[in-house]
Amino acid sequence: MKLKERPTWKELPFACCIPEPGNSVYYKTGDWKTLKPVVDKTKCIKCGTCWIFCPEYAYEEDEYGYYESNYEYCKGCGICYRECPAQCITMEEEVVE
Amino acid sequence: MSVVQRPKEAYLNVFAYRMAPKEEFFTRGHRACQGCGPALGLRHIMKAAGRDTIVVNATGCMEIISSPFPYTSWAVPWIHVAFENAAAVASGIDAAIKALQRKGRIPKKKTNILVIAGDGGTADIGLQALSGMLARGHNVTYLCYDNEAYMNTGVQGSSATPFGASTTTTPAGRVSFGAGYWKKNVAAIAAAHDIPYVATACPSYPLDLIRKVRRSFELEGPAYIHLFAVCPTGWGTPPELTVRMGRLAVETGIFPLYEVENGRYKLTVDFPQGLRPVEDYLKNQRRFRHLTPEIIQQIQERITAEYERLKMMEKVTQE
Repeated sequence: MKLKERPTWKELPFACCIPEPGNSVYYKTGDWKTLKPVVDKTKCIKCGTCWIFCPEYAYEEDEYGYYESNYEYCKGCGICYRECPAQCITMEEEVVE
Repeated sequence: MSVVQRPKEAYLNVFAYRMAPKEEFFTRGHRACQGCGPALGLRHIMKAAGRDTIVVNATGCMEIISSPFPYTSWAVPWIHVAFENAAAVASGIDAAIKALQRKGRIPKKKTNILVIAGDGGTADIGLQALSGMLARGHNVTYLCYDNEAYMNTGVQGSSATPFGASTTTTPAGRVSFGAGYWKKNVAAIAAAHDIPYVATACPSYPLDLIRKVRRSFELEGPAYIHLFAVCPTGWGTPPELTVRMGRLAVETGIFPLYEVENGRYKLTVDFPQGLRPVEDYLKNQRRFRHLTPEIIQQIQERITAEYERLKMMEKVTQE
């Protein structure tokens, strides 16, 4: 059961329990950032360090085993840039058209 | 920003990170600050705890960021309780599960009960409930994420605030040099209850953290894990240094990683070549920038003595 965006008091579940587990994925935190990480796949060694150290869990593995940041959730903290052992991640300014 | 080179030996086991479990039971979209250390630790903890877990969460940062109505970041049963009674509620859940299993109302299988509380909810406000739970021997893992002040309400000092740190209730200035007391060692208090498992962990060492949380659930009886979590907002560190600051805290001996299993101490991350000077850790943080060399020397002596005591405890109890 998915809650409506702004439920009225009659539509709220009993005791304001949240019926859908993990529904914060609908809340996109990607617009918090000023710098975005860009992965250079020619230098990437597929170690997964960026994936395990990401506090937003934004890194996703693609079918070839590379990791890429999901900009809908990435808050731009730069931990992946600092921790990458191959130094293949650069922080670039996010430009909004 | 310049990239700091680390020695080559540090990368030898780097590919092991891919072996960590892939499921997430603490989902993304939470509202933690950029580079949040506790949120990073929670992710590793929930990877280790797995699906059959009931989480009891005391008030604190991790409760605020994960559950603004109508959203929740938890994919497991979760209950929010007040600061002081998280351990008491977990005791009740444990007793209820035992009673329902005895009556045959629910199937007899292992359910992990995990308490997550901050350092204020553990070292200050919830200490008596924690002590009661450990003394009664409930089958609960109590996890304290320690960001060394009440970060949720705006950096007020708690009793887990380290010596010399400037917070809004222990401000540094002409009269005071910050917190005038030493950090309360809650892991030692928990170990004094003679419980099966006590450990300290840090999200900068994720595989070590995952192994410790799993071990705490394997053993029958109460367990206590003290998680050192870097808070960039409250400590005044750049968000990209979160993992690096945690690593520095371990390498300088400010927060040694050890476990106590049935009274036997063991340092899980040890540095036979010696510890780094504490200044490496202190100089990067806004809350320590007022410290004079004399106070840093005082901190260094205390840290060295505590580390030596820990090494001695390991040597004595391993025989």
